[in-house]
Amino acid sequence: MTAQSVKWFWYASPQTFYPVAGVIARWCAAAAAVLCAAGLYIGFFVAPTDAQQGEAYRIIFIHVPAAWMSMFIYVVMAFWAAIGLAFNTRLSHMMASALAPTGALFTFIALWTGSFWGRPTWGTWWVWDARLTSELILLFLYLGFMALQAAIDDRRRAERAGALLAIVGVVNVPIIYYSVQWWNTLHQGASVSLTRAPSMAATMLTGMLIMALAFWMYSIAVTLVRVRCLILENQ
Amino acid sequence: MLEAARCIVVRDLLVAWRRRSDVATALLFFVIVTSLFPLGIGAEPDLLRLIAPGVIWVAALLSCMLSLGRLFAADHADGTLEQLLLSSAPLGVIAAAKALAHWLVAGVPLVLIAPLIALQYDLPAPLYPVLALSLLLGTPVLSLIGAIGAALTLGLRGGGVLLSLLVLPLYVPVLIMGAGSVEMAAAGLAPDGQLLLLAALLVVAAAFAPWAIAAALRISTE
Amino acid sequence: MNLELSHLSCERGGRTLFSDLSALLRGGELLRIAGPNGSGKTSLLRILCGLLSPTSGSVSWQGVEIRRLREEYSKQLVYIGHAAAVKDDLTAAENLRIACTLAGLPVSAPEIRQALEAFELADLQVRRLSQGQRRRAVLARLALSGSVPLWLLDEPYAALDAAAGRLVEELIGGHVARGGAVVYTTHQDTRVGASQVIDLDA
Repeated sequence: MTAQSVKWFWYASPQTFYPVAGVIARWCAAAAAVLCAAGLYIGFFVAPTDAQQGEAYRIIFIHVPAAWMSMFIYVVMAFWAAIGLAFNTRLSHMMASALAPTGALFTFIALWTGSFWGRPTWGTWWVWDARLTSELILLFLYLGFMALQAAIDDRRRAERAGALLAIVGVVNVPIIYYSVQWWNTLHQGASVSLTRAPSMAATMLTGMLIMALAFWMYSIAVTLVRVRCLILENQ
Repeated sequence: MLEAARCIVVRDLLVAWRRRSDVATALLFFVIVTSLFPLGIGAEPDLLRLIAPGVIWVAALLSCMLSLGRLFAADHADGTLEQLLLSSAPLGVIAAAKALAHWLVAGVPLVLIAPLIALQYDLPAPLYPVLALSLLLGTPVLSLIGAIGAALTLGLRGGGVLLSLLVLPLYVPVLIMGAGSVEMAAAGLAPDGQLLLLAALLVVAAAFAPWAIAAALRISTE
Repeated sequence: MNLELSHLSCERGGRTLFSDLSALLRGGELLRIAGPNGSGKTSLLRILCGLLSPTSGSVSWQGVEIRRLREEYSKQLVYIGHAAAVKDDLTAAENLRIACTLAGLPVSAPEIRQALEAFELADLQVRRLSQGQRRRAVLARLALSGSVPLWLLDEPYAALDAAAGRLVEELIGGHVARGGAVVYTTHQDTRVGASQVIDLDA
């Protein structure tokens, strides 16, 4: 028990984490490349054409995993932020800061691909669909976090202020999500939901899961590379 | 403990009273923003009735943002914030008192003047109480959440714009529930559900926001 | 009563201001923090009152870390900072009453009037006072804080004329004689004999 906890804190030191992060990042980057190739192959060549939506639906192989990651990364970010505030560990704050750009990127990809899908399917680039709107607000939350950290010169204050904002944000995310959903029913927007693909074929699901895994690996690799940069910057 | 909280509320109200023009500016901003919408989209009465709740609520959000920037900045600049941090009451209580004072100065006037704006938008009379009640329940939440942002952006360059970026996304549920309750009533449905949800938001914000404000103040003043 | 500083170090903006600073302050003692501008006097004082956490080390009051005491510790101290800490739109008396109420000191109107008279201050809005008079309006709080054991004063003599300086000196001397503890910073020569000196220049 004690030996294990000692080990955790040993890894929590930036100096020991730096080389470990490098190795993990390399392996994850390789895995991301392989999985991405496999996922895209299944998505574009193996999965059958959709009866109602034609070929346009294939964007979901990128869109849905990106949307998943965008929300998941925010939670992970808030988790590291909370750990950083509670135990005052530098590395946790660095993790939170390193995750934010990747989260924002996936949010942006989810919005962008959603709009690409909306054009042929709904005939419009943007629909005030509940999920799209929530995703847009999530993007604002990510940008707010990054803007706050960028605006503060003092490193310690920047880390802690960002952490608090992330925690406040993560408490609000479900409230925002449900209020936007309620708002959507009140205003009776689009009745088609982006992610409710009709009777998903097994190959589609496989492709989507593989892509999700690829995005996971990519996120881990990029985040660790960014953490390594932050460690170097702060030395 | 309550003595200290009361002292802060009275102090802030007294300062606000001696600087009445600042309070009037935020209120005037609210009136001007709501007056701009008919000029921008045309004075079709049916259209105005339709957008009135949303316009009034968005203007309330923006007007609230305007006064939030000064909430802790003035105390920070003259050094009294340090004395608040070193007071005999827990910092969460002090933070709650600051938010309450902000609401009394910035929120309550909006609640009082909103019916006048509603009149301009030709909102039917039965909707007035719903609008006023939604603002009464919603504006304290704006003060509480906004104070977190104000504490986090204390003393930063471009703090005002940054504050909006941080806080406005968090205001979305209040905006939706607040404007939604009036729209429900306008559609002839009972707005109770939305008003209760607003009340629930207020309870949650009142319970947790003061501690977040306190933590943010400690982070920003170190 | 004792205030213990153990192995304090402070880093600001990547620069080490001081490190491994230890001291013990008991009732009836006067601690002077000396050093040139930018040597970390104010930072040390802010660490002592809990506004700033040290990079390493700790401060204990009666043997308990002040971080764990929070407002319980705040009640035991008066901190007069570098900034004026008065509201421009309020009068000197209003400012004084608010400062005392927030500190948990019950004060009556005559006591406040007396304190202001001692510092030769008219009860005007602070914005109409000069820099030195503002400083007096803040320091008038000391005349009402005899029951508070620990005084932490940042440059108490700055911007004061000879008469007000003597008054502050008397107040500090009286507090120490009463068994209170005083910590103050100055870059000038001392006037009151300090029982301990921390020189941040070294």
